[in-house]
Amino acid sequence: MRMKSPQILMECLLEQGVDTVFGYPGGTILNIYDELELHGYKEKIRHILTSHEQGASHAADGYARSTGRVGVCFATSGPGATNLTTGIATAYMDSSPVVFITVNVGESLIGKDSFQEVDITGITMPITKCNYLVRRAEDLADIIREAFAIARSGRPGPVLIDILKNVTYDEADYEPLPVSEHFRHGRLAAMLRRASHDLRTPEPDHGDIQKLLDMIEEAKKPLVLVGGGVIRSRGAVREFRKFFERLNAPVASTIMGGGACPGNHRLFTGMIGMHGSHASNTAVDQCDLLIAIGCRFSDRVATHPATFASNAKIVQIDIDRSEIDKNVPTDHHIIGDARRVLELLNEKLPAHDYPEWKEWVFSHKEVPLKKDDILHPHEILETISDVTGGKAIIATDVGQHQMWSAQYYHFSRPGQLITSGGFGTMGFGLGAAMGAKMGNPDQTVVLCTGDGCFRMNCHELSTIEHYKIPIIIVIFDNRTLGMVRQWQHLIYGERYSQTDLDRGPDFVKLAEAYGIQGARAANQAEFEAAFRQAVESGTSWVIDCAIDKDAMVHPMVSGGAPSTDFLLD
Amino acid sequence: MKEKATRRTLSVLVENAAGVLSQVSRLFSRKGYNIESLAVGTTDDPAVSRITIEVMADGPMTNQIMNQLRKQFPVYSVQELRPERSIRRELVMFKVKAESHDIRNEIIQIANIFRASIIDVSLKSLTLALIGDESKAQAMQGLLEPFGILELVRTGMVALERGAYTISDENKETTEFNLGKSVQ
Repeated sequence: MRMKSPQILMECLLEQGVDTVFGYPGGTILNIYDELELHGYKEKIRHILTSHEQGASHAADGYARSTGRVGVCFATSGPGATNLTTGIATAYMDSSPVVFITVNVGESLIGKDSFQEVDITGITMPITKCNYLVRRAEDLADIIREAFAIARSGRPGPVLIDILKNVTYDEADYEPLPVSEHFRHGRLAAMLRRASHDLRTPEPDHGDIQKLLDMIEEAKKPLVLVGGGVIRSRGAVREFRKFFERLNAPVASTIMGGGACPGNHRLFTGMIGMHGSHASNTAVDQCDLLIAIGCRFSDRVATHPATFASNAKIVQIDIDRSEIDKNVPTDHHIIGDARRVLELLNEKLPAHDYPEWKEWVFSHKEVPLKKDDILHPHEILETISDVTGGKAIIATDVGQHQMWSAQYYHFSRPGQLITSGGFGTMGFGLGAAMGAKMGNPDQTVVLCTGDGCFRMNCHELSTIEHYKIPIIIVIFDNRTLGMVRQWQHLIYGERYSQTDLDRGPDFVKLAEAYGIQGARAANQAEFEAAFRQAVESGTSWVIDCAIDKDAMVHPMVSGGAPSTDFLLD
Repeated sequence: MKEKATRRTLSVLVENAAGVLSQVSRLFSRKGYNIESLAVGTTDDPAVSRITIEVMADGPMTNQIMNQLRKQFPVYSVQELRPERSIRRELVMFKVKAESHDIRNEIIQIANIFRASIIDVSLKSLTLALIGDESKAQAMQGLLEPFGILELVRTGMVALERGAYTISDENKETTEFNLGKSVQ
């Protein structure tokens, strides 16, 4: 049937089961926004108007990470589109499936430096899986279907669709098509005829699986390293748990792998890398077989690639073949979806045990946690965990509080930790928490943030207040950019250049100005009281926690140093 | 042990669409590689273009780039054309100063030896076109330099594999799979 592009767009979103869109209107995207009213699509697709496009981009990302569904974000041309770029790059680095839809100026104005014109497909080329410029209404439905398929298939990631404004006035034929049929029609069908690999993950090579099984038989000191790939792959966590239980070997995790192995599991050695535990970092140094699943050995994990797991045969399991040998040379690899690879391994893997190796690995203890009358970061996280029964979704910003959250909160399921691991985006948290809550209305969502990060995008407080999206915001307030200060303290001779945040605002008053309740906490009892009250109220809260300016993240290995070369124990 | 960078020829089949060339060349610049030579044109299928790229790179890096190229959706197929199994040609045009009859004759003789063709002549210059690989072009350039080369332009190297095997035979899925395996 004939309909105008904006209606085709809405119908295509409904085909994909989209019920929530985050965005911000503007001149060029008016026709799309008008459609929400004109034919009442706002009843089926809930639009969340954020304070800033960046907040919308993180919200769509947080929604995607916490639900496994594709997040959707709208923005106008020019500055609207460029404001998305940090959010797009954040989603790209952590393989989060988000479709960004922008509208550019019309065909007649393109390339003339028109008002609010920018080449957003050019700008986002390195930070999207792929992007499109829609020049004809006839192409729109096909492109949207392809974009969603690409965003969620293979190694997921963000896709951007830029539509010329004149296209949003035009009509085209639209025939409804269920998602399961998309592969048989139009551009997607053509793409599959070309055997484009990213949409059809190949079956893992059975010889490769057998080779790994053989390597396991020979190993005396195996270590499993789990990354975000196991979180992104649907159903992989169940297989993963079966796998390591049967292997009965220690399991380390990257920050993106948080939740794949329960944080309090007897085999779990904790996070690995720059702020990895002693157990994880010494285990990786001494193991004779490292089985890395869905992990790309980033510089925060393999701080010194040449000595990383230097006593081990390294096996890399990844869905993306361009990750193999990119950062750390490996001895064996298996290309495939983590779930399928683990399923095949589990079919044949006999039960193992490595009592001596495990005893040695777990003999490495962390420095004891402090307990006195001031509020320590680990106490905040323990309290959050106790009060919510360890079930809350934790969104974080970036820095010390992020590392503390990854270390002290025991994640038990995929999608429970929402954090910008790859891109390290300060200001990610509030938007992401909002998206996570929209996607998981029954879960308690807690944002752990720092005073520096929170100030970056705290204007989204008005969004969570307006739409009554209850989020408990816990500010680890040390009046400084803690992580940078930690480096300055340890490496830069205590010259604290431009990291003191001895300035406003008063976060409790700020919360109140936005119509949100606020509380302060200076010790664990105060924090627990405030946090309980927040959880019971079922509304948004800002809890400003005064922590020590000189509190540091333990342990620490500097960038470029071998895993066991602890700068800080 | 670091492998030495050598001249590598990559052949890439891509969708003939706006932006695809920059998407492909971006991958090289991001790794800090200067593209030595680049030639693009449509194939027998007007919807498909073929890009031939020459770059100085070592083996692992070449594999990295090929794998990343394959990740791009408009890229249909990627092949490394090894010198011993492929034919490589480039067209070079030289505009040479030739102001007297004797000099013109001398240049025409050189052109004949190299089987270059004279494609333009004026009272003050000769323009030659030469097809060959870089060593032939270099030799000819050396001989023409004393006369004064006014302008020189190259098309960039194009290459094909020897024999009946074609790039399209490389079923993307299977070769990628196998190429992934041979990564050292």
